[in-house]
Amino acid sequence: MSMLNVKNLNVWFGKRQQRVDAVRDATFEVARGESFGLVGESGSGKSTILRAITGLAPNWSGQLSIDGNPVPQKRPKAFYKQVQMVFQDPYASLHPRHSVDQVLGETLQLHGFRDIDNRVVKLLDDVGLGQKFRFRYPHQLSGGQRQRVAIARALAPEPELLLLDEPTSALDVSVQAEILNLLTDLRADRNLTYLMVSHDLSVVGHMCDRLAVMKSGEVVDILSVAALRSMEASHPYTRQLFEASL
Amino acid sequence: METLLDVENLWVKFPSRQGVFDAVRGVSFTLGRERLGIVGESGSGKSMTGRAILRLIRKPGIVEADHIKLDGVDLLTKTEKEMRAVRGQRISMVMQDPKFSLNPVMTIGSQIIEAYRLHNSASKADAYRKSLEMLEAVSINDPERVMRAYPHEMSGGMGQRIMIAMMLIPNPEILIADEPTSALDVSVQRQVLDIMDKLVKERGMGLIFISHDLNLVADFCDRVLIMYAGRVVEVCEADKLHDAKHPYTRGLLNSLPRLDQPSKRLEVLQRDPEWSQTPSVSGRI
Ligand SMILES: Nc1ncnc2c1ncn2[C@@H]1O[C@H](COP(=O)(O)OP(=O)(O)OP(=O)(O)O)[C@@H](O)[C@H]1O
Ligand SMILES: Nc1ncnc2c1ncn2[C@@H]1O[C@H](COP(=O)(O)OP(=O)(O)OP(=O)(O)O)[C@@H](O)[C@H]1O
Ligand SMILES: [Mg+2]
Ligand SMILES: [Mg+2]
Repeated sequence: MSMLNVKNLNVWFGKRQQRVDAVRDATFEVARGESFGLVGESGSGKSTILRAITGLAPNWSGQLSIDGNPVPQKRPKAFYKQVQMVFQDPYASLHPRHSVDQVLGETLQLHGFRDIDNRVVKLLDDVGLGQKFRFRYPHQLSGGQRQRVAIARALAPEPELLLLDEPTSALDVSVQAEILNLLTDLRADRNLTYLMVSHDLSVVGHMCDRLAVMKSGEVVDILSVAALRSMEASHPYTRQLFEASL
Repeated sequence: METLLDVENLWVKFPSRQGVFDAVRGVSFTLGRERLGIVGESGSGKSMTGRAILRLIRKPGIVEADHIKLDGVDLLTKTEKEMRAVRGQRISMVMQDPKFSLNPVMTIGSQIIEAYRLHNSASKADAYRKSLEMLEAVSINDPERVMRAYPHEMSGGMGQRIMIAMMLIPNPEILIADEPTSALDVSVQRQVLDIMDKLVKERGMGLIFISHDLNLVADFCDRVLIMYAGRVVEVCEADKLHDAKHPYTRGLLNSLPRLDQPSKRLEVLQRDPEWSQTPSVSGRI
């Protein structure tokens, strides 16, 4: 059974002449425990696919199912215990007037956890921040520190499927290595499934088993990481992407 | 090389109840008509260094330096009003958070046109045409739609490119670009770098390029400052970055994932307390 099934997905914004078809007829599957990459041109619809899955892009058609269950237009609360997202933009995704403690504490409370204090401490340790950041506000954090808070928040409900939108593109390489190792461990320990957007092919090569390539709203290619490593591509756009990254 | 900017002993301090936190500690460097990279781990003070030059540190933060000279004139002696003329006109900065720097309730088009007309006497129609051209130059495929759109309707990479287009309008002497291409796919990234490169080569602009992408900086810049805990720990020619000596820089290089050398785990930095004790290395030439 696949953890995530995306079939003939269309996502659009705006009406009539203003309409933007951001994703057109996208189809792919992610198995339970798999890590699946989404790569492609800037503006090609990668973030939009993740946003459609989590209900942040209301205009969509086609089929979406999680663990065999069709995703309804209106997501129940239980959905967000199963599926969590880390956003591309760590600046916009944290409330400016909520401290790290509030962000994590409220998320935990919302999902019905009891031992909140212990869990906040554990989450901060898990993402390599530690206690001294607990009562800081977003403007007192660097870009990378904010992204770690965002990852801690996504991990809080102990989800099964994590949607990761450029989770490390705002991070320096050593924190990137820490976060990628952390994500690798979490996936192994908790049998998590990842759908991960990245423009960095070596990150996708390190983290994923398979990947889809997007261009102008369409999935133009699906390939294995072995093919990525050997830079073997049959689709012309994939080949172009590989060549540009050399 | 002619010196555009001369920074001596720069400190950025944040007083708090627990004491003073020094985000930048005694950084010195000069910038000529070159591409100067600043790399370093998250929180090492890269953005604060960039912002301090423009005196854009939010309160209660404090900027101190022996001097920050632009063409020989110390920016620290300028009034806030005089600084406003420097910002945007003579030194532009592309912020790390592109969407925050755009006005969320104004269309992209009106923001670019407004910025363009502030710096050029042009009719609305000319400014519109010029704005389309600038968006095309940063590889935006459908500039007409983007002109009508609001910032939240843009993808991460589109937001970055719009900011770059806008910062280049005043034809600044110095551009400080804070992680300007971190959200761009490789081919668009190349195009954006080419634009900046041209400005350095053809117009003699000075570029401070802040990035955590070591390969990119090694490839694109002329010189690199490597920052750790608010200090510069090493300075080198960009094309020698891969032979860097400092264990911190070596650690950063070794933590990169590589397509040609798959590994189960990535190396992470083993920090040595000594790194943050040694005084800042000077990046002056
Ligand atoms: N709220 C919105 N309203 C209108 N158009 C939107 C909206 N959000 C996204 N779009 C458009 O949908 C297209 C796809 O955007 P998306 O953010 O999915 O791209 P992306 O592949 O994630 O790009 P990047 O790598 O630059 O982040 C873009 O053309 C964008 O302008
Ligand atoms: N208002 C503030 N109060 C206290 N500390 C702050 C404040 N703003 C920033 N800092 C701290 O200053 C340090 C330097 O931050 P800076 O934003 O320059 O890092 P950076 O090198 O740009 O990191 P990144 O790569 O993550 O963007 C960080 O440790 C950050 O937590
Ligand atoms: Mg995106
Ligand atoms: Mg920064």
